[in-house]
Amino acid sequence: MVSADIKPIFTPKDYKSDQAVRWCPGCGDHALLNSLHKAMSELGLESHNVAVISGIGCSSRLPYYMNTYGFHTIHGRGAAVATGVKVANPNLSVWLATGDGDCLAIGGNHFIHAVRRNVDINIMLLNNKIYGLTKGQYSPTSSRGFVSKSSPYGTVEDPFIPAELAFGARGTFFARCIDVDLPNSVKMLVAAEKHRGTSVVEIFQNCVIFNDQIHKTISERLTREETTIQLVHGEKMLFGKNKDKGIIVDGWNLKAIVVGEDGYTIEDVLTHDAKTLDNTLHQKLALMNPENGLPMALGVIRAVEAPTYDRSIEDQVKAIQEKRPIRKLRDLLLTGEVWEM
Amino acid sequence: MTDQTIVKDVENVVVLFSGDSGDGMQLSGTIFSNLSAVSGNQISTFPDFPAEIRAPQGSLSGVSGFKLHLGSRIYNSGEQADVLVAMNPAALKVNVDKLKSGSIIIYDIDSFSEKDLEKAKFKTQEPFAELGVKGLQLVPVAITTLTKDSLADFEIDAKSKAKCKNMFALGLICWLFNRPLDFVNHMLEQKFKKKPQIAQANLKVLSDGYNYGQNTDTSVSTYRVETVSCEKGYYTDVSGNRATAYGLVAASEKSGRPLFLGSYPITPATDILQELVKLKELGVKAVQMEDEIAGISTAIGAAFAGNLAATSTSGPGLALKSEAIGLAVMAELPLVVIDVQRGGPSTGLPTKTEQTDLNQALYGRNGESPVAVVAATTPTNCFDSAYWASKIAMEYVTPVILLTDGYIANGSSAWKIPDLAEYPDIVPHDVSLFDGENWNGYTRDEGNLARYWASAGTPGFTHRLGGLEKDYVTGAISNGAANHQKMIDARQGKIDKIADSIPLQELFGDEEAELLIIGWGGTYGHLQEAVDKMNRQGKKTALMHFQFINPVPRNTGEILKKFKKIIVAEQNNGQFAAFLRRKFDFDGVDFSQYNKIEGQPFSVIDLMNSFTKKWEEK
Repeated sequence: MVSADIKPIFTPKDYKSDQAVRWCPGCGDHALLNSLHKAMSELGLESHNVAVISGIGCSSRLPYYMNTYGFHTIHGRGAAVATGVKVANPNLSVWLATGDGDCLAIGGNHFIHAVRRNVDINIMLLNNKIYGLTKGQYSPTSSRGFVSKSSPYGTVEDPFIPAELAFGARGTFFARCIDVDLPNSVKMLVAAEKHRGTSVVEIFQNCVIFNDQIHKTISERLTREETTIQLVHGEKMLFGKNKDKGIIVDGWNLKAIVVGEDGYTIEDVLTHDAKTLDNTLHQKLALMNPENGLPMALGVIRAVEAPTYDRSIEDQVKAIQEKRPIRKLRDLLLTGEVWEM
Repeated sequence: MTDQTIVKDVENVVVLFSGDSGDGMQLSGTIFSNLSAVSGNQISTFPDFPAEIRAPQGSLSGVSGFKLHLGSRIYNSGEQADVLVAMNPAALKVNVDKLKSGSIIIYDIDSFSEKDLEKAKFKTQEPFAELGVKGLQLVPVAITTLTKDSLADFEIDAKSKAKCKNMFALGLICWLFNRPLDFVNHMLEQKFKKKPQIAQANLKVLSDGYNYGQNTDTSVSTYRVETVSCEKGYYTDVSGNRATAYGLVAASEKSGRPLFLGSYPITPATDILQELVKLKELGVKAVQMEDEIAGISTAIGAAFAGNLAATSTSGPGLALKSEAIGLAVMAELPLVVIDVQRGGPSTGLPTKTEQTDLNQALYGRNGESPVAVVAATTPTNCFDSAYWASKIAMEYVTPVILLTDGYIANGSSAWKIPDLAEYPDIVPHDVSLFDGENWNGYTRDEGNLARYWASAGTPGFTHRLGGLEKDYVTGAISNGAANHQKMIDARQGKIDKIADSIPLQELFGDEEAELLIIGWGGTYGHLQEAVDKMNRQGKKTALMHFQFINPVPRNTGEILKKFKKIIVAEQNNGQFAAFLRRKFDFDGVDFSQYNKIEGQPFSVIDLMNSFTKKWEEK
């Protein structure tokens, strides 16, 4: 007999469905799917207590490859469907697989409002800066001037930076990882699930067909350690192959320095505080970019506690039920303006 | 000199309470309406609020009215009024063309000063002459002054005193209709339970208003309105929107499934959301979302998690929800979509009523996307219709569109508080009913063609749904040609099979009648009255009024075959007529049409004139 307090042990395979995965060979979605299976097994989630929701796009096929409850919905509306699932049953672990087009173009409104409400769902934002399923149009995260099938002379619009949107919507959790970096992806997904509230994990994902190497600067194995920084709460912001580079505050800005050079010591290097309510520094960190001489921030950039929408709804119902004993419609109606005939 | 007063016996009467938004006419109207119901009258009411949120005091756009139809044959909230209470010149002007000849106008002479007349855009000091009013019985009463005098000894502020004048008007009306005041006293005591002084002031003014009528005015005859006996039980006054909300709650209670509403405010449907957010003690989760699409999307999510899920909206919102309804069709999830129809297209006439969304409900989606459609017929029938819509949704695992309209949604009537034991059971088509092997998310019950509903979170039944076409057997994504046809047929077949479980179509009137009138939804009251009057005039006419639109009840064709002359009457350009023609394209059935789209309920006289013409046709 298995005692009730012994948790069953799960393996990544337990979360795999019997469907053949049909993303292009080399697509970053494969890697993320593996990370997700692994994260769920680490979390020990029972598959029937997991609901994976998605919108439309390449990455939104993901629920079909999960041996959990899954729902492939319509373009852009996944965040709203996931909100409904979570409010109806707050005990479920609810995940949203979405892309940059699905989440930030057609679904932008639902994204910001889900984040604002702090619904306890995990949003996996697979950002490949391109529309893949429709074969190569620019997306809301494509850089200005980006040439694509729908912008043959380059785009004339600026992109969203997803972190800015999430912080603008007063998000409580934002993390980043790179599709091919499995260990850190798993870490981010585990952290996202553990966070109570809307967790946004931006995954820099490569579209091997229509936007190959778009994240090359930060994903290349050889240079990755120089162009990115893995932020860890409570730890010094150090990066580089030898962890000899650090982030410091310089006036209103952040600056990358080499410890021991130009008079900088380890004391000058910032310690990451993901839990501070003020998101000013989190914004600054999220805006760092190799293009402006700073490493791309990866890891959990922000994770603050706040009431969640789904539990708040439950709590309100409970609080009112404690005060009022009526549970049947007829009894309730009889307490109103009623006459007997 | 009461004994000299002539008492007029009448079958039905329409009373119109009208004044400035702040004059408390809704309260006077509601109390008198409940009093009439208690006295044994049938009642039907309709509020007429100003469109502006805060219209200038005394202006035409600031007039707030309450219409009450009471008597023994009440099918709707009435048309031309017999009695008008006008608290100011604007109220008189706005309503003057809504009066029968010979009707009584009780008006507050204190509020007919030069300035008041100016605010109501009168050019002269003779409002009645200016309006060309003739043949009406004018009863000028100094309501404001008399109210003030009545409360001379009360130690409450002047503003609170002035607010009591609606009770003086109510007292007058109670006298006019020979109503004892006991019930009103009781209602006022209840209403102002926490403010005993205000309660006493209201009671005093009410009683003085009554006595004023009795003692001073013998020039008008008072009324005795026919009563009817009704079923024993507890009654309350309910509007269509509230009844809709309660119908969902009742279905939730009966089925054991928690109720979820995802919605977004829109006129004239907002009251459904506002009612359901109150009912937390009953465990209802009702959420206001960021837009119409999120409203329905959260509901779809809640349905996936096993709730009775609904979304409420009006025409423009239904348009926004189209794609999501298609998803619910494809994913085969239970969902109730409530469309309180208003004037369209586009923003149209938000506060007016129409039946122009039928095509949108039936056909407004991409692909072959059949849904069940139910249409509520009266304010109280909104309860039954919402109950049935929920029952169909959960038993056939399908979206159902419930059509109501601005007229029945805002109108109200007396309603016997239902005993749910008398309502049919609701047995959700849950996966626990499945007793075969190799279940998947799309495994279908070959009996009613519904798939089995497995709530996310249920051990052993993980599955994936989605908007992509699925294989009939395995539930996996499929592009197969024959499979697509089979799935299209299954989804249509499921909707058709709903006809097995809905009540048969009723026919009001004689099967041998020369003329059959067909209607659907919220026009029931006016059509019934018109048909009733035709029959009383000896022109035999029958009415077939539809609550179940898609599918129609099984016996519809049988009834149709019995009639040579048929008129389909609706507030659109013939949407239901076209639907029926497509379905019942057999010899000898010819559907004529009566269509009126003015944003107003049908006029019974117009209906009768048109029906009589057809009736007389050789």
